[in-house]
Amino acid sequence: MALPNQQEKVTLDTFLRGLWEENPVFVMLLGLCPVLAVTNSTMNAIAMGTATTFVLVASSTLVSLLRNFIPKQVRIATYIIIIATFVTIVDYTIQAISLDLYNALGAFIQLIVANCVILGRAEAYASKQKLGASVINALGMGAGFTIALLCLGTVRELLGAGTILGFPIFSANFEPWVVMILPPGGFFVLGAWLLLFEYLKQKRERTILENEGVPNGSQ
Amino acid sequence: MDPNSLTFIFLNAALINNFVLALFLGLCPFLGVSAKKETAWNMGLATTFVMLVSSTSAYAINWVLTELEIEFLRLICYIAVIASAVQLVEMTVKKFSPTLFRALGIFLPLITTNCAILGLALFQTFREYDFLQSLAFSVGAGVGFTLALMLMAGLREKLELAKVPTVSQGAAMSLMLAGLLSLAFMGFAGLGGSHA
Amino acid sequence: MSASDQVPANHTTENQAPPQTPGIKMLITLGGISMLAGLLVVMVVQYTAPFIAENQRIAIENAIIRVIPGATSRKDFLLDSEGLKAGDQDDATGERIYAAYDDNGKLKGIALKAEATGYQDVIRILYGYDPACECVTGIRVLKMAETPGLGDKIAFDPEFLDNFDALEAKLNATGDALENAIHAVKHSNKTRPWQIDAISGATISSAAIGRMINESGQRMFPLIQKHLAELQGGQ
Repeated sequence: MALPNQQEKVTLDTFLRGLWEENPVFVMLLGLCPVLAVTNSTMNAIAMGTATTFVLVASSTLVSLLRNFIPKQVRIATYIIIIATFVTIVDYTIQAISLDLYNALGAFIQLIVANCVILGRAEAYASKQKLGASVINALGMGAGFTIALLCLGTVRELLGAGTILGFPIFSANFEPWVVMILPPGGFFVLGAWLLLFEYLKQKRERTILENEGVPNGSQ
Repeated sequence: MDPNSLTFIFLNAALINNFVLALFLGLCPFLGVSAKKETAWNMGLATTFVMLVSSTSAYAINWVLTELEIEFLRLICYIAVIASAVQLVEMTVKKFSPTLFRALGIFLPLITTNCAILGLALFQTFREYDFLQSLAFSVGAGVGFTLALMLMAGLREKLELAKVPTVSQGAAMSLMLAGLLSLAFMGFAGLGGSHA
Repeated sequence: MSASDQVPANHTTENQAPPQTPGIKMLITLGGISMLAGLLVVMVVQYTAPFIAENQRIAIENAIIRVIPGATSRKDFLLDSEGLKAGDQDDATGERIYAAYDDNGKLKGIALKAEATGYQDVIRILYGYDPACECVTGIRVLKMAETPGLGDKIAFDPEFLDNFDALEAKLNATGDALENAIHAVKHSNKTRPWQIDAISGATISSAAIGRMINESGQRMFPLIQKHLAELQGGQ
């Protein structure tokens, strides 16, 4: 992460960071509410990811543009108003595009405003960096968030209903694992993903230690 | 039990559709503050209080907005009111119990971005509860939130003494636990009987 | 914190008495942001309003065609114990009903909304009523949050939906209530034309459908029969 006073040059890393190293869901564990609630199907996951990315980019843009005009004491209040505005805009846009999608996502569209990722990005990054860097970084975070949603959405829909995006994948004999679409399923699948990533991370660290000739670590 | 009765609304919010375990609201504090029973209890209390204040204010604001037919400003007004309510609670806690204030630390201002509070305001608006129903709803939600937090804290405290594989330590373990709790709470569905 | 690009006045807040300007500056910023926010929101709401209204119209019409076979056009009315009024009056009271007509202008049926609490949350449906045969002609679930794979079968299980092809809803002798209350019975226990065969494993969701149709029917069918001539001539 860039030091607070440094203006960061826009590089590919600015974008890629949000996808893996600083993935908002899997690494920073932020904005979990929509991640679990809306991922009972792949379509909902895509819609929520797109909506959140839009709000993230739009608010980061505005915050970055206005960063020299917002006094320190009222910055959080200002960011929140800006975020709430864009969320309201997204809310009405989705209604205009598809009522079915709107009913499926329900109150969680409006709850995007409480997503810590957006406020966190505004406070930690967009308020200090130039417009270009803020937008690219926001795009990266949004993409990482959407990927995380997709990871959960596809697994839950596949195991819980046997379909992806509504297309049946398994044969008719498949007995769907209904718990996956229900709330406990959300917790289990996210926990499983985190387990997998932790395992991969520890394996990689052990390999690095071995390659450097250090005897096997604390295991 | 009559689905519009205050008792049913309370039970619904606290158990059947528990805010954390069924509606997925308020997960950040749930995973962050549930390591010790003491902090969990304090957080639960603070959140319940903020919920009560926000619920009442949201009801009043919604009434005004509907009268003036500017409902599209609802979200912005709600979040502004919640932020103010949290400020209020913060100042009150700091004045009356500095120890509590220090114990809660960063989590008090974080209640602002707690989806549970905003979710509470939004749900009570969508379901068109009247004033008493909104009160029952917010008390139930707070109780349910505190209950979930306490259960989680109890489990995690016990687990600290157990041998847990390093791979699953931390968030993964908490999430698995939450999944089991959520599964258990599903047993409450149908509480209140099938309304004749 | 990025001190370099902040307004100079804020630097001194820590060590001296707070200067007067920041207070006003804060107000101006908040006020300005709020105005900008309000402007943006109003613009978007105005722009999307016609699209949203169109979506809602299409959704209702699709549902009406589903629950009243043969319907090609519709007209809205408001109906309650005070009488039948046209559906486009703003301050009139009454429950909204949708009268559906075929190509010849003949009244095919009336579509009404109904709702009740199911297993998880509220279930809302649109259902059709044919005044001529005094029966329910179909249901379409508009909104529900029932258990996927179990309770949500009420929306698309063909056997369950068959219940509503000609569900009897005759009025009693005095014409002010249903002769037999519509209700759900355990799966495979249906013996009367006014009963609904519940989905096995989803009794509560099925019972909710029965309850809401009964509650709505007891209230609205007598009124519909009373104003039948007006409804028939409505097209």
